[in-house]
Amino acid sequence: MIEPYLELRRKTAERDRSLREKVMTLEEATKLVEDGDQVGIGGSTLSRTPIAMIWALIRAGKKGLTCMRSITSNEGELLFATGACNHIITSWFSHGIVWGVSRVMRHYTESNKARFDEWSHMAMGMRFRAGGMGVPFLPMRSMLGSDVIKLRPEVREIECPFTGERLVLIPALNPDVALIHVQRCDAYGNAQMDGLQFMDIDLAMAAKRVILTTERVVSNDQIRRRPDHTKIPFFTVDAVVEVPFGCAPHECYGVYEPFFKHHDYYAGLVKKDPIKGISEYLDHYFYGPRNWAEYLSLLGTEEMLDAARRGRSIHDD
Amino acid sequence: MPLGAGEASMTTDAMTKMKEADQRDYTASELLAVMSGRLLKDGQVVFAGVGIPLLAATLAQRLHGPGLTILFEGGTIGAFVVPGELPPSTNEQRCTRRANMVLSSTDVLLLLQRGYVDIGFMGGAQIDQYGNLNSSFIGDPANPTIRLPGTGGGNDISSLTQMIVAMKHEKRRFVANVDFITSPGFVHGGSSRKDSGLLAGGMYRVVTDLAIMGFDENSKRMKVLALHPGVSVDQVQANTGFELLVDKNVVTTEPPSERELAVLRHLDPEKLYTA
Repeated sequence: MIEPYLELRRKTAERDRSLREKVMTLEEATKLVEDGDQVGIGGSTLSRTPIAMIWALIRAGKKGLTCMRSITSNEGELLFATGACNHIITSWFSHGIVWGVSRVMRHYTESNKARFDEWSHMAMGMRFRAGGMGVPFLPMRSMLGSDVIKLRPEVREIECPFTGERLVLIPALNPDVALIHVQRCDAYGNAQMDGLQFMDIDLAMAAKRVILTTERVVSNDQIRRRPDHTKIPFFTVDAVVEVPFGCAPHECYGVYEPFFKHHDYYAGLVKKDPIKGISEYLDHYFYGPRNWAEYLSLLGTEEMLDAARRGRSIHDD
Repeated sequence: MPLGAGEASMTTDAMTKMKEADQRDYTASELLAVMSGRLLKDGQVVFAGVGIPLLAATLAQRLHGPGLTILFEGGTIGAFVVPGELPPSTNEQRCTRRANMVLSSTDVLLLLQRGYVDIGFMGGAQIDQYGNLNSSFIGDPANPTIRLPGTGGGNDISSLTQMIVAMKHEKRRFVANVDFITSPGFVHGGSSRKDSGLLAGGMYRVVTDLAIMGFDENSKRMKVLALHPGVSVDQVQANTGFELLVDKNVVTTEPPSERELAVLRHLDPEKLYTA
């Protein structure tokens, strides 16, 4: 389960880490993901979810992925329903509390059609951080005494060799590929992220490949003017894809908020019938459109403008 | 108000009180938000979950705790949520308005472990006599009747700090032993929490739409400390699936004031969290 250290180093050494342009299309980027891969997903809940890349992977017919995310929202439902993913490792999985317990998640997990491994939120963070640090585990003090730990044969409880206290050792995650959406980056993949970072920096460091989608590709000069804003270094990045509104109908901090009406509509659809509902949704929004622009036009200009107005409003004060 | 289950065992006096209570002009969720918000003290650092905890912490901040520092698991330190713009989870940009700082979610959770947080504040789906919370499975985890969304930060918060839980008081939610311990309270009571390796924190208060409960110092069993106006001990017991301890000096809480309700409704005008 834990990648042997020298194997991890070898895979890193083999990557082309030179300062090179790596801008490509969504479709081209899907070739960096193979069926069965472990896929780390950036953002959290409805925030900076790399929806466009997930949309492209589902359209490309990927199968059997294991997906890992701090908190999983309805992108997890869509991944399960298409068979793109049959195993989700996360701390929380439902559409969102305002829409109740996900009937899609329930359908797949209760019938054992797909697997949902539950870790504490901090444990997910420790997993990506250990992966990013190049160590096999990190110690932590939560999960003890609970039943969450009983379902996790992957962890070890130890007595601290210094203090004798009980600690939990959380194993590293080094996903095959990470999908991360940012507000802007340059053609090399130097990524600047505004607002909440979630676990994305650790995730980028931990992953064996990184696909970066971005609202805008900016010049390297612009990056160099504010290097303190750069959160992910170019040499961890393997693909840069410019996708405006690349999280829609989720949020991208400071650019657009969640498309709430669309979420209400989606929640209503899957509440009525989780399987038929999500299949209808996928046909219309995922398999129907010719390209990302057509997908956005299906979401609708009115909703898009409303989400963008709300998103940018944080710069008004 | 979901008070019906207690009627059979009630005295006439209690019935009269309940009829008065039925006429009150606030919802159970509003009562929860007001009562739990009152427990937070100015100057504290509180780690709040989405829903009633977020709302109650924000209410406390606007009423009596301008120096209350609210943390969210998305990474926010010092949130100051804008009225009418409540976030759908604690991970969206609405959580960061006028905040002092944003960290990674891992680092904000680590503040709990380091000991910078006074109070963890969460909602709950199912709780037991020792304050253990379940948000993972109803029924056998291997073959569950319902798969719930899981811990999120709940396990970390309850493992590492003093906890306030705000939830509806219903028999199916207050069970002798939870089906699954997602977020540990006092585990099996007595010293079992400490023995399991959880050295700090523990359940402090459980606030419901009927009462406020604490935990017995030794047995760590849930204990009624205060009743909301018009609620009797019998009624609380009738809505609880295990035997409650009752404090010798049970007090009655002050009903929500007009000001508390006005500020609360200003914060959540669409009743996103308080329907």
